[in-house]
Amino acid sequence: MSINQTDLRKAKILSLVVLLCMSVASGLVYAGKIGLWDSLKDDGLHDRRNKKGLKVLQEPGEALSKLPRGVSGNKVDWVMALQKGFIEPRTHIYEGTEIRVIDLDIIMGETSTMNYVMFPHKAHTEWLDCKNCHPIFFEPKVGVTPVNMGAILEGEFCGRCHGAVSFPLTDCNRCHSIIQGTFTGTFGAQYPPGTQYEDYSLE
Amino acid sequence: MNKNIIKLLLSSIFIIFSLSVIPVSANAEYGDVIINKYSDSAGMRPVIYPHWFHRIRFRCKVCHGELGFEMKAGANDVTMAEIIDGKFCGMCHNGEIAWSTEHCDICHSGKPGLKAGIKGAHQTLGPGIW
Repeated sequence: MSINQTDLRKAKILSLVVLLCMSVASGLVYAGKIGLWDSLKDDGLHDRRNKKGLKVLQEPGEALSKLPRGVSGNKVDWVMALQKGFIEPRTHIYEGTEIRVIDLDIIMGETSTMNYVMFPHKAHTEWLDCKNCHPIFFEPKVGVTPVNMGAILEGEFCGRCHGAVSFPLTDCNRCHSIIQGTFTGTFGAQYPPGTQYEDYSLE
Repeated sequence: MNKNIIKLLLSSIFIIFSLSVIPVSANAEYGDVIINKYSDSAGMRPVIYPHWFHRIRFRCKVCHGELGFEMKAGANDVTMAEIIDGKFCGMCHNGEIAWSTEHCDICHSGKPGLKAGIKGAHQTLGPGIW
């Protein structure tokens, strides 16, 4: 096998041209960005002609680049951002609104061959109130609600938020987080020692 | 001849490397809601509601609890009259907590004709209602 010099030169020139094109292209794409995030005028939603409005609106990159990086969605780990104090969103507007945060993990074992699901109430109630999910999407009792992936993909149960505004359903292992065989306890609510169901009732 | 093969290999590596420079893009608009029940027909741009922006300032429970927003795109019937009355968006967009309703172009900032709904959920690749 032999390679003649002309071919080699062609290959060299080609590679240089490709590199040059890539640099120009990435330069162009990066031009309107801050960090990973497209500028509002390039997001496909905002009207570029609305110069007055676009001037006021905050650019996503300006805010999101300072928060803990996530792997999907808008590339921010929002639970960590809240828990580590990167953001301090308000919990209420009206005086007297009760702020309810509970720490209770639910482990769901009917997951076929997938890892078991661990649902942390803490991460959820720091953002949401009990009544956002109970009883409209989930009965406040373990094992009663027929949660299944089909319905979740259709936007019901967890799919109300996951896949729309919170991390997407392609991040399987963030919910299916307990490897089968490593869990020897009882499925359902993992009450901390000394507490019981009544301590968590919604009344 | 061996030298030539090495050169060719190097060029290929060079090409592959240059391909890897393609920039990765993140979807800030993940979770953005396009609100267009009345806007287009009223001659206004649709509203782009960014969840990411509001989430930095308010927890979900504020709007989806105290303000009464349903947790489903399209399930909320919000009119400008109600907002001006201080309901829904108007609870904050009153010139005190956030800009008031006189600044139309800031909220009504979408491309005309956009279909109402929520953006970004294509990432699930499921059948999805979103």
